[in-house]
Amino acid sequence: MADTSVVSRGHRSGVSDWLRERGVYVALALVLALNLAVTSNFASTGSIVLQLIEVVPILLVALGLSLVIGTEGIDLSVGSVMAIAAGVLPLYLGYGAVPAILITLAVGALVGLLNGTLVALVGIQPIVATLGVLVGGRGLAQVIAGGQQQRISDDTIRALGSLRLAGVLPVSVLIAFSAVLVISWVTRRTTFGRHVVAVGGNRRASRFSGLPVRRTLLGVYVLSAVLAALAGILATARLGASDTPNVGQLIELSGITAVVVGGTPLSGGRVRILGTVAGALLMQLLNATFIMNNLPYTYAQMIQAVIILVAIYAQRPGVSS
Amino acid sequence: MAHHETLAQRVVDPVLEVVDATVRFPGVTALDEVSFTLLQGQIHALVGENGAGKSSLIKVLTGVYQPDGGEVRYGGQPVRFDDPAAAQRAGISTIYQEVNLVPLMSVARNIFLGREPKRLGLIDYREMNRQAAAVLDRYGIGLDVTAPLRSLGLGVQQMVAVARAVSLDARVVIMDEPTSSLEAKEVETLFRVIRLLHEQGVAVVYVSHRLDELFAICDEVTVLRDGRTVHTGRMGDLTKASLVAAMLGRDLAAAKQRQGTTHREIDETPPVLRVRGLQRTPVLHGIDLDVRPGEVVGLGGLLGAGRSETARAVMGVDPVDRGTVAVDGTEIRRGSPGAAVGAGLVLLPEDRRNEGIIPNLSIRDNIVLAALPRLSRAGVVSDRRADELVSTFMRRLGIRASGPHQKVRELSGGNQQKVMLARWLCLQPKVLILDEPTRGIDVGAKAEIRDLIDELAAQGLGLVLISSELDEVVEGSDRVVVLRDGRIADELAGDVVTEAALLQALAGRAIDLTEAAADG
Repeated sequence: MADTSVVSRGHRSGVSDWLRERGVYVALALVLALNLAVTSNFASTGSIVLQLIEVVPILLVALGLSLVIGTEGIDLSVGSVMAIAAGVLPLYLGYGAVPAILITLAVGALVGLLNGTLVALVGIQPIVATLGVLVGGRGLAQVIAGGQQQRISDDTIRALGSLRLAGVLPVSVLIAFSAVLVISWVTRRTTFGRHVVAVGGNRRASRFSGLPVRRTLLGVYVLSAVLAALAGILATARLGASDTPNVGQLIELSGITAVVVGGTPLSGGRVRILGTVAGALLMQLLNATFIMNNLPYTYAQMIQAVIILVAIYAQRPGVSS
Repeated sequence: MAHHETLAQRVVDPVLEVVDATVRFPGVTALDEVSFTLLQGQIHALVGENGAGKSSLIKVLTGVYQPDGGEVRYGGQPVRFDDPAAAQRAGISTIYQEVNLVPLMSVARNIFLGREPKRLGLIDYREMNRQAAAVLDRYGIGLDVTAPLRSLGLGVQQMVAVARAVSLDARVVIMDEPTSSLEAKEVETLFRVIRLLHEQGVAVVYVSHRLDELFAICDEVTVLRDGRTVHTGRMGDLTKASLVAAMLGRDLAAAKQRQGTTHREIDETPPVLRVRGLQRTPVLHGIDLDVRPGEVVGLGGLLGAGRSETARAVMGVDPVDRGTVAVDGTEIRRGSPGAAVGAGLVLLPEDRRNEGIIPNLSIRDNIVLAALPRLSRAGVVSDRRADELVSTFMRRLGIRASGPHQKVRELSGGNQQKVMLARWLCLQPKVLILDEPTRGIDVGAKAEIRDLIDELAAQGLGLVLISSELDEVVEGSDRVVVLRDGRIADELAGDVVTEAALLQALAGRAIDLTEAAADG
């Protein structure tokens, strides 16, 4: 009877297909147009650049998450990894900014390796495995940081947070969009990227075809954590201080929202990097719209909820299974 | 079979009947005017190969499916069960192959789930445990009723499922492959329970592919094939060989007349695939298999004999307890499909949808999936080489699609199968295991795939062919290894590769062909 379901699976209306493919770009354009028309002071370079700066941590975290979600997984630990990065960075600044950054990224990779091991080798469900790190990671970060906010005086790090190329484009934004290009290239052109969608699309068939399923899973969790660590470094640089209790709080939720709204289904098998970028920008702009127009933030949250529901609805099973 | 006498003395009325039931799905008729009569207290075997319609018939009996034509009668009255719960309330209990109880709850709670004895609105545990113990006791199953179900072995869990079914005051109990996870001793206990049910006038529908069990316990048998009833009658009137012949749709006498096709003699070159002592308790027991270059070795066996299990164990997809697999004399790492593929050993799986294709990826991505490492340098895939490979194989295998970027889930079964073949052939493998390569695909594609198998053998590939279609195995294979209950039971080679000989081997050597033919 295996084949009957293939036959009987009818074509759904083109509307939800269209919504899934293009919806996020249309929504982004609408919100942008609305702001240009209504919000005073929005149509300025300074204001637009500010939005880009604000979106950097969410964007980096969402990039990693889109790979993890592409394998039908989830990574809740990204906010805590940001906190760990914020805690580790000041410890090694004595060796200079570059070594400290590299060490911090390596520590992020280690946390990702832990997540990946729990998921790929031990076989724990991703949501549970990474929940453990979500809870424990921030505690660890505060222990590392000695429980207090530390000011960062290193010039290179501070420059990461404030330097603007040609006086306009912030370095952090440049770094984030370089990461977008790299991850986008990885998903399209490398064997690893092809394995990610294959494992997410049909894990059993991937195993039958001799693909390195475990190694692929380890890889996505490591990448996700390294990107989160990078987000932690940039957030710390922008603040000029290591703020382990607060940095990256609840960012896993914004990140997952950006990925899903961008058209990457939670059921895996598909990764849409450009959609994720648009999703992250959309969420950022929505927040900004409410803040800049002095509307209560609670409304922004409710609008976000509606957008998430619409996005999930557009991807409900039947299309992607 | 002493229970026939007790039965004969009663007034025997049909308790459950299906009259001319038809069940259709888009493109497939699962049941085509099937009739089935279950008498009170009868133990009725329901047999057939994959896709014969057994599951559909059970689903009609239990209210999962509503027939598109025909009707169900219960106690002589036409009925309509809207869902399985309605059938169960009416007294039809079903025990599924996979135990579907609640693992974390106690034995007693599982037996009384949904109808717990209550006091003041709360579950009366003491009363529930007492009653549960009484039920189990009656059927000679000694168990601690307060133990959580998952702490018990699979066989014992199956017994709890039986106890639950009979404690519902069932008039009909349907057992779907109840012994597939049971040990020999547990099977005995189950049979004792079935005989007790029989004496109490409860009718049992017994679905199994184990011939010995059918002959040991059942009074009556109905054989389904391709959604039709092909035989119904007393179990004792059949031999194993005639039962197998009916299941497979082969006339024994005619099969005996037909001469085997000529088969190429393979010279004594060293085997390209050498399997030794493959053990996976309880499904495989010491499987040995040699395949030489250019040879097609058929794996024969009825449903559940261990053919697909052998294929998966050889590939390293399923874990094995013991045994070695060597390709071209080099032993491959156990439990690693990647190592097998790397050594040139590949498997076209039986369950194409779940184990083969990645439905949401394109034809192109599906074909190059396993070849990615060869198409890339430092992990970067060469699109040009991938496109060349894909267009070569789409042309060579005649894959009909709008283009290489069409999603595989949109293709017909035959084209999906060709995509799977392309995935493997582009690796230039040494050994190709084909598990039901032509199932669920149209006649044209079927012929193309059969021709391709011959062509590949001529090119020196070693092939293993698993098929439920007797003629496909006989026509396609140079040699047939017959499996029964996870063991190698027989081997046919040369002129002996005939349908008649295979039929006989499937049923067991003990039956003489002349006797069997007289029966058919």
